[in-house]
Amino acid sequence: MNEKIRKSLEKTGNAFKQSMPVLLLVLLLVSLAGTAIPKSFYSLLFTGNIFIDSMIGAFFGSIAAGNPLTSYIIGGELVRQGISLIAVTSFIVAWTTVGIIQLPAEILMLGKRFALARNIVSFFLAVIIAVLTVLTLGMI
Amino acid sequence: MIKKILRIGILRLLFLLVLALYMAVWLSSPALLQGTLTMFFRILWSILPVLFLVFGIMFISNLLFEPKAISRYLGKGSGIRGWLLATAGGILSTGPIYMWYPLLSDLKSSGMKKSLIAAFLYNRAVKIPMLPVMMYYFGWEFTIILTIYMIIFSVINGIVVEKIGGGE
Repeated sequence: MNEKIRKSLEKTGNAFKQSMPVLLLVLLLVSLAGTAIPKSFYSLLFTGNIFIDSMIGAFFGSIAAGNPLTSYIIGGELVRQGISLIAVTSFIVAWTTVGIIQLPAEILMLGKRFALARNIVSFFLAVIIAVLTVLTLGMI
Repeated sequence: MIKKILRIGILRLLFLLVLALYMAVWLSSPALLQGTLTMFFRILWSILPVLFLVFGIMFISNLLFEPKAISRYLGKGSGIRGWLLATAGGILSTGPIYMWYPLLSDLKSSGMKKSLIAAFLYNRAVKIPMLPVMMYYFGWEFTIILTIYMIIFSVINGIVVEKIGGGE
């Protein structure tokens, strides 16, 4: 049993040593993005065209970083300013499912092909989910 | 070995780039740098419990489960049980998404399917404690519909990602 504990500790310790620099890197980027991009910035991005706005929403949701709570607050504010619900929904879905800022860390830890595929697929799914959600909501 | 050296090289390069970015911020706006560093330490402090949780789970899973068992629950033959575990795990896990990369990387090397890793990461977007806030801003109908779609599409996301990103 002691040998098993030692082995498990060693394996976890190695994973910790490998992961910490990557996690610190992401943390530095997330902190910078969180303070450098003011919340009011997002309302300036939309055009009024639902299709283009949903792509813009997904794009800026993808490059934004931080707590999902922040995306709900920004999203709520955007809806109040008249931005379409599809655009706002794709923004909040992409915020939580796509991570451009975390991408280097995801590539280093889970593989380049996997990380790129996951983020690209999640980007397009954000738009599809937004359209489906708003359409379903309209049927109720 | 080459892969490891390449990984360290890329990591060093990224650190240098981030350092250069921080230097540029310091030179252009010291107040912004101060705000950024305050945020950095605030997030670091808030994620410490999650860090302990993640590495605690990793230690326990290394101690209790052989790669064979992980492969049985989350590997190729895991079936619907694997999807349910990945979905529930993603929904119940806390903290920032990047905190879970080390554990998933560890599970991947023990045989976890890439489709399940993708589904786990996708379901991280469904945060039960935050649903009341979403309801406040967007209404309960919107919140329920979106949550159901997110869970359904996490499986589609997993399948597609495995198909196009699974060849590593």
